[in-house]
Amino acid sequence: MEPLRNHMSDDSIGIVETQLFSFAEPPGELLLESGRTLGPVTLAYETYGELDPERSNAIIVCHALSGDAHAAGFHDGEDAPGWWDAMIGPGKAFDTDRYFVICCNVIGGCKGSTGPSSLDPRTGKPHALQFPIITIADMVQAQRYLIDHLGIEKLLCVVGGSMGGMQVLQWVSSFPERVRAAIPIATTLKHSPQQIAFDQVVRQSIMADPAWRKGSYYDHGQPERGLAVARMLGHITFMSDQSMEKKFSRKLKNGNYSYTFAEDFEVEGYLRYRGDSFVKRFDANSYLYITKAMDYFDLSEDFLAPGGSGADTRFLVISFKSDWLYPSYQSQDIVKLLKKRRMAATYCDLRSTYGHDAFLVEIEEETRLIGNFLNNLGSASGQGGNGS
Amino acid sequence: MTTRLDHRIICELVGSGQNVLDLGCGDGALMSLLARQKEARVQGIELDDEAIHQCVGKGLTVFQGDIESGLVDYPDQAFDVVILNQSMQEVKKVDFVIRESLRVGRRVIVGFPNFAHARARISLFFLGKTPITESLPYYWYETPNVRFLSIRDFETYCRSKGMRIVDARFTNNGRIIRFWPNLRARNAIYVLTGP
Repeated sequence: MEPLRNHMSDDSIGIVETQLFSFAEPPGELLLESGRTLGPVTLAYETYGELDPERSNAIIVCHALSGDAHAAGFHDGEDAPGWWDAMIGPGKAFDTDRYFVICCNVIGGCKGSTGPSSLDPRTGKPHALQFPIITIADMVQAQRYLIDHLGIEKLLCVVGGSMGGMQVLQWVSSFPERVRAAIPIATTLKHSPQQIAFDQVVRQSIMADPAWRKGSYYDHGQPERGLAVARMLGHITFMSDQSMEKKFSRKLKNGNYSYTFAEDFEVEGYLRYRGDSFVKRFDANSYLYITKAMDYFDLSEDFLAPGGSGADTRFLVISFKSDWLYPSYQSQDIVKLLKKRRMAATYCDLRSTYGHDAFLVEIEEETRLIGNFLNNLGSASGQGGNGS
Repeated sequence: MTTRLDHRIICELVGSGQNVLDLGCGDGALMSLLARQKEARVQGIELDDEAIHQCVGKGLTVFQGDIESGLVDYPDQAFDVVILNQSMQEVKKVDFVIRESLRVGRRVIVGFPNFAHARARISLFFLGKTPITESLPYYWYETPNVRFLSIRDFETYCRSKGMRIVDARFTNNGRIIRFWPNLRARNAIYVLTGP
């Protein structure tokens, strides 16, 4: 039988609440990579566990494209836990009895942090497309304000999958002296043309919906069809041929062909369902801004610049064999660069059939690896940098 | 737990505090020993899933991949020592791997089973069968080994490539062999430097 999973179970963090942190009040606005400014900025964040007196046990968990600050535990009255609840809690990989775990919604998002759907204090209306283009570096810079606010000088670890992994790499690149260990999962140093192409189709699908109204739809409702189709495409790229075969095969919804364009196959119904439910919880403009941030991401030249060997950050790089959206070679490229920079990197290419979704699903393997990795951060045998 | 003789020998051959790369590091037992006893800064390359987990469990730095492709990204002379212990015989591009090891490391330690050991010769000569011995424990149809070589083969190879043999140790069943190693030793450990 499935174990009871709710806020009362022993390994759950229990009931949690999202908190808000505001900064960059004008005239001290946040200077963005594009040269534009943003302020005031609000970050929605959650924390789990206790910060130790030395402030040395803090871990930032960075979320992926459609994630949010609610990584673990339960919001009061809700049945579903946070998006990485299986990894965060008492006795779990990110053991909240030992670590202080922070997760915050990225800027540009729509789950409490400042983004295109939040109100522009100058006009009293949503920013919409007046919102400046933000980058992964901007997201990380905003997180740094939160870390300063919480009084944390050095993070024990920064971890995340997919776009969360980009933030991990960006953290080490922007603030190498503030990160002891980094765990980028199923991610890349730069978006490939294939990844940019998928994002472009996603954006075109939203922008081609007349209900998008050049981004100013907030008085009329979301461009639902466009956003749903965008998300359907996304879900195809998150799965693998194998996992789709296993989950759907050619199973029919009603047992036989309708000989119409109705949804005959279960996979069609599934995608439609995922698309429709996404529309209820995610802002279309945020999807545009965040995919753009991912496309601009490119640390392949600048990452831990040659000669600047001050960084002693330790890396655990994880990829999944069936992930074709962020293929293993992209994680291997991260490690190649680390080798060139003479930095210690452990790399694991985990067997999984779940495709890109694996980082959210392969809990057992990830728990074993990450738990052991974190456990040994203090050990001498592990400090394996090969810089001479 | 007793430490394997080949690991003890390799540990003697590594200087304290050195940077070491272990190719085909398995579960990380040798790397742990080097980190503990020599305060060496160690990292490994290994293909096997479970072995990778074991290494991470020991707090070791390890790269999951094959030896050939894992080596090429390291800068020249990045390591004091590169170790190729009981893994060379499983490598297809042996010459490439040894030359690459000499590029990324100042010294290379190679350990391998000796195919010309007396027991192996008897098996081949009198029984007409591929030898199965303690150091070559596999049937022909399941062996991971793709290279079968003797101590003399290896020395000939090193000479022909201009590599210098700076040390050599030979063992049989937990004992050191000093004379007639090509006949009497089951295992050999060489220390090489570049031309």
